Amino acid sequence: MNIKNKKISGKILSELYISFFKIGALTFGGGLAMLPMLKRELVDSKKWVTEEEILDMYAIGQCTPGIIAVNTATFVGFQEAGILGGVAATLGMVSPSLIIICLIASILKNFINLPAVQHALAGIRIMVCALMLQTVVTMAQKGVKDKLGIFLFLAGFLIASFTPVPLALVVVASALAGIIAKRQEGKQA
Amino acid sequence: MIYFQLFYEFFKIGLFAIGGGMATLPFLMDLTARYDWYTKAELTNMIAISQSTPGPVGINMATYAGYNAAGIPGAVVATLSLVAPALVIIMVIAKFLADFNENKTVQAAFYGIRPTVAALIGYAVWELVKISLTIVHENSVTTIDYPGVLICATAFGIMQIKYCKKLHPLVWIVIGAVIGIILKL
Repeated sequence: MNIKNKKISGKILSELYISFFKIGALTFGGGLAMLPMLKRELVDSKKWVTEEEILDMYAIGQCTPGIIAVNTATFVGFQEAGILGGVAATLGMVSPSLIIICLIASILKNFINLPAVQHALAGIRIMVCALMLQTVVTMAQKGVKDKLGIFLFLAGFLIASFTPVPLALVVVASALAGIIAKRQEGKQA
Repeated sequence: MIYFQLFYEFFKIGLFAIGGGMATLPFLMDLTARYDWYTKAELTNMIAISQSTPGPVGINMATYAGYNAAGIPGAVVATLSLVAPALVIIMVIAKFLADFNENKTVQAAFYGIRPTVAALIGYAVWELVKISLTIVHENSVTTIDYPGVLICATAFGIMQIKYCKKLHPLVWIVIGAVIGIILKL
């Protein structure tokens, strides 16, 4: 995964920005929902990366901080045109969100007191609960595989719910727990 | 200085929310306890809108949170602060650590992080459920909103059906809005 030996021009930077702007503007939901669009734009149309590289990027995205779709943008941009390319692609990816969300938020502000909007939002909030419960179930099924997983899941939930321990600390502690557990396993084997 | 607070908080979220957009949710929930940028109920609206508009959900939520806190400049600061840590980390990985995700220590760390991220999202969702499915009366007594619980449980049940699992969140959100208007929730 080396940076291609290319002269970094304004043209490639604006191409990166526009491509990722398009991806950000035309895909609903992040994560895997974005794959088909990424493939069409980056692999088929621009030929910047191969499909395997995108899948690799998803694997890395799962193990790094940040939003997976944005991380993919940074990665592709960096590969094509170095640091500036990474920045251009990332900004392209987040620009549509900035515009669309600010627009909706400012519109909603004016209508939030209408009874119909209040009723709709009350119904939506209930649906969001169901959707998010579903998300937790799916993530727990993927992440909780053994006794340590069950322990960390329960401990994480209880610590977050009932103690003032910062969430960042919980994440770091669980990473250490994973490393220590795997070391012990290695020693026993 | 609200912009500096936004920068500090969202940079931190960008650094510690690992495993995708929804991993930012517990941190956004955490902010409701420390700042008056938005309430838990507003956070629920933010999730719904972020899931029904284009763009990565994690970015949409950060933009919305920043907007609620300090208008358009707040939205820009929150969003850019959220992506800044990953921007640096990904470029370093791309340059120096080609096989980063195959590294034994990284894999071991994620063996611990994955269940924890699920748990933290679980905590945030439980907080959402507590405020969305209860009614606070004028004498500040809180009771369970039984129709709400019934609707939520029914929807959750239907989501377990294979075909319905793949439905886009937007479909459910529209259904929720229609039910809300018809039943005057």
